[in-house]
This record gives sequence, structure tokens and C-alpha cells, in this order.
Amino acid sequence: MSTFYFIAFLSIFFSILVISAKNPVHSILYLILTFFTFTIHYILMNAQFLAIVNFIVYMGAILVLFLYTLMLINLNKESEPVKPFMVKIAAVFGGGILAVALVSSLKSLGVSDPVVLKNPELGLVKNLGKVLFHEFLLPFEVSSVLLLSAMVGAVLLATKDPKEPKATI
Amino acid sequence: MELADIAIKFGLIIIIFLISLVVAMYSTYAERKIAAFFQDRIGPNRAGPFGILQPLADGAKMFMKEEIIPTNATPFLFIVGPSLAILTACIGSAVIPWGQDLVIGGKVIPLQVTDINVGILYIFGVVSLGVYGVMIGGWASNNKYSLLGAIRAASQNISYEISMGLSIIALLLVTGTLSLGEIAQQQHGWHWNVIYQPVGFILFLVCAFAETNRTPFDLPECETELVGGYHTEYSSMKLGFYLFAEYINMFISSAVMATLYWGGYNYPGMDWVTAHVGPVIGPLIGTAVFFVKIFGFIFFFMWVRWTIPRFRYDQLMDLGWKILIPLAIANIVVTGIVITLFN
Repeated sequence: MSTFYFIAFLSIFFSILVISAKNPVHSILYLILTFFTFTIHYILMNAQFLAIVNFIVYMGAILVLFLYTLMLINLNKESEPVKPFMVKIAAVFGGGILAVALVSSLKSLGVSDPVVLKNPELGLVKNLGKVLFHEFLLPFEVSSVLLLSAMVGAVLLATKDPKEPKATI
Repeated sequence: MELADIAIKFGLIIIIFLISLVVAMYSTYAERKIAAFFQDRIGPNRAGPFGILQPLADGAKMFMKEEIIPTNATPFLFIVGPSLAILTACIGSAVIPWGQDLVIGGKVIPLQVTDINVGILYIFGVVSLGVYGVMIGGWASNNKYSLLGAIRAASQNISYEISMGLSIIALLLVTGTLSLGEIAQQQHGWHWNVIYQPVGFILFLVCAFAETNRTPFDLPECETELVGGYHTEYSSMKLGFYLFAEYINMFISSAVMATLYWGGYNYPGMDWVTAHVGPVIGPLIGTAVFFVKIFGFIFFFMWVRWTIPRFRYDQLMDLGWKILIPLAIANIVVTGIVITLFN
């Protein structure tokens, strides 16, 4: 249990650093550390497959692409957008009200009962595969179709319309 | 776990770590000798007999050189880059089965540091983490050439990871397990996976070249276009770490290929040999066979480097996305159909 509290503290600490870091590249690096602590959480819950997939997909692929994009952007002080003072005040008020709403709604929920798994080995690859492809086959396939349609949509947005006249450079 | 077990594990980790470092060190010597052989030269022959002390001389030179951190670089990340590169190169060896279990005085000693049941995915995780060393170092150098090298490394790694993963899926259909220890056991004798998965092996081999940044895919450090690529600004041992990490990666990927496709420590007639020489020498012969396979792959890496010229960047991307990925998917489909028909 003490391991959990230590890792949970690290997760929150790094995620605060993500939003408070001045340099966007540093904030991505803190985000990588945050995801790494999530991987440790999954291992503590004996969900090996989820842990390693979180490691490969989020830490290894998606955040590399984030970093890739940020490195290509010109990150000078001059290009930083300067927001007017009133907008900042409004943002603080809006954020505060949202926080109050969230806290009050969580309070009305009461303390959640911790779910006790019938099978503690559920997170291992073999059991997870059986559950996904027997009990939850339909939702699994539907979500894969959803991802495919998103991919096709992205390709469609990226390709230029052939009928449109080419822009002269 | 008893104290003796912990001591054995600790000793095993130290030995594997030392072996990977020594192999990487002498890979640099082998590379020069092999390059010399292919180009009809003599190669290094001054330090010691046949130049055998050349890696030590290089190491001493690297440590003695002046350490430079450029004025406009980000100092902390500039140091983190090479450290991360060497760290990720060294942790990959934890799941590789180096041999059958040794039995000494009734005590079973497994020659594998840990047999986690997602072993292959662990290797993938380590590989995908490896690109951060290059990216962080390239960005922190604050140099356009370094940045371009880092960006090339990132896109190359991500593109080839996909076809690598797909080629592994076909292998998993055959083996039915993700644990490297079990995969090595299943290939007992001559039942090597390369017989069942020849296309998958070739795909994996090409992707391994791309993931270790070896020629013909060494675009991140393409000196004709990018000076020195991501390590342009590096000097002294920090540069040494980047170069050394490449050789350790080569060693580890050779070991992974030998385990997954070429039977690991298995060889034809191993039962007969073990029955004759006893349960201690037998597994050690298997380990020696495993290392022969690894050295064969390392030689192949070097052979290709001094034979095939570098790709152009768009050719690299075309190969990855338009040839390897469709081929890998076709391989999965064919493997799946064959398994369904014959089982």
C-alpha cells in the first residue's frame, strides 16, 4: 500500500510539473514520466499486458509524435501569444467554478466501494484475450471500426482535393 | 526468495552486463577488421598483437578528450540524452534466455534473468524507449543538423516499429506464447521458427536494421547531409556512449533474432550431447551455440554495412510503409489461414 501512495504522489507531482513547466518540450518530458508512473500503477494491479501496452503505445509512440511536432514548431519568446488581462481573470473564475462543481458532485457520490476481482489473474495476456474475444467481442469489434473510420477520415482531410486548382508558390 | 537465489541472480546480471559490454567493445574492433577485409586493407594492427588492444586505446582516448557542452545547449538534457541511450541499450538483455537450466549439486540455476510472460512486448517497450535518447540529445544540442537527425530518428523508428510488431504477430500465432523462455523451449532440436516463418524473419531482420540505425538505414547520422546527425555537438565519452549504445543494440537485437527465429540455444542432436557430457556442460554447450548464432548475426550486420550504400530518406519511408507493412499483414493472414486449416 505504501508503494501505491508513493507512486500516486509521483504521478500527481509530475502532472503538476507538466502544466507548470515554462518550456513545452520540458512539459512533454514530464508527461512521459507521468505515463511511466501509470505503467507502475498497472503493474501494482497485476495488469501486465495493460502496463506494457501503455508503455509501448503511450510512452513509446504517441509522446514521441508529440515531441516530434513540438520540435518542428518555432518556440521563441516572441511567438508566444499574449492574452489580455480580462481573459486571464475570466479563465481563473471559470476554472474555479468547474473545480467547485466537480468537488461537490464527487462528494455527493460518497466513497466508492473498491471492486474485488473474481479472478486476480485477469490482467495476464491469456485471460484478457479470452475475455475480450468471447464476452466482449461485439464492443471490441465496434471500437476497432470506430478507429478505422477515424483513420480514413484523417487521410481524407490530409489529401488535397484534386479538383481544386493548385496554389502557385 | 532465498539469499542464495538472490546472489545467483545478481551474479547472472553482472555477468550478462559484462558480456554485453565486452561484446560491444570488440564489435568496434571486428567492424574495422571486417571493413578492412572487404576493402582489401589491413585494418588496425598497431595496438597489441593484430591490434587486439585497439578498443582499449579508443576507450582511453574517449575518456581523455575535452568535455564540451555548447553555450546554447540545455545542459541537463544534453547529458540525459546519451545516458538514456546507453541505459535502454543495457536493460534489453533481462528477458533473453541464454541457455537451458543448469543443474549444479541438485540446485537448478536458470540462465535467464527474468521470464516475464510478456517478454517480447518488454523488448518492444525498451526499443521504443531507445529513441528518446536520440531525440532528447538532438534537441538539447540546439543545432539544426542535430535536430534534423533527431526528427529523422523518431519518424524512422515509429515507421519500422509497426512492421516489426506485425511480423511478430505472425510468429505469436505459431508459438502461442509471449514469453521468450517458452519460445526458446518450443524450438527444441531443429524445430526452429525460421522454418515456419521465413517471411516474418526477413521482415524482422530489415526492421532490426532500421531500429538499430545501421547502414543502409543510418539516416539519423547521415554524414553527407547532416554533418554528424544527432551527435554533431557531442564530444568525449558522451559521444562514446552514443556509439557504444549502437553496438550494444546490435548485440541485443542479434540475440533476440537468434532466440525468436533461429532456435536460441537449441541445436540438432542436443539431447544426445547432453546425455553424454552431463547436465552442467550440456547447457553450456547450448549457450556457446547461442553465442555463435549471435556472432553470425553481428557479422551479417557488418557485412551489409560495408556492401550496401545508404538509402535516400523517401526511399526509406516508401520501403517501410508501402512494402513492409502490406507484406507483414499478408504474412499474418496466410499464417492464420494455414493454422486454421491444419489444426
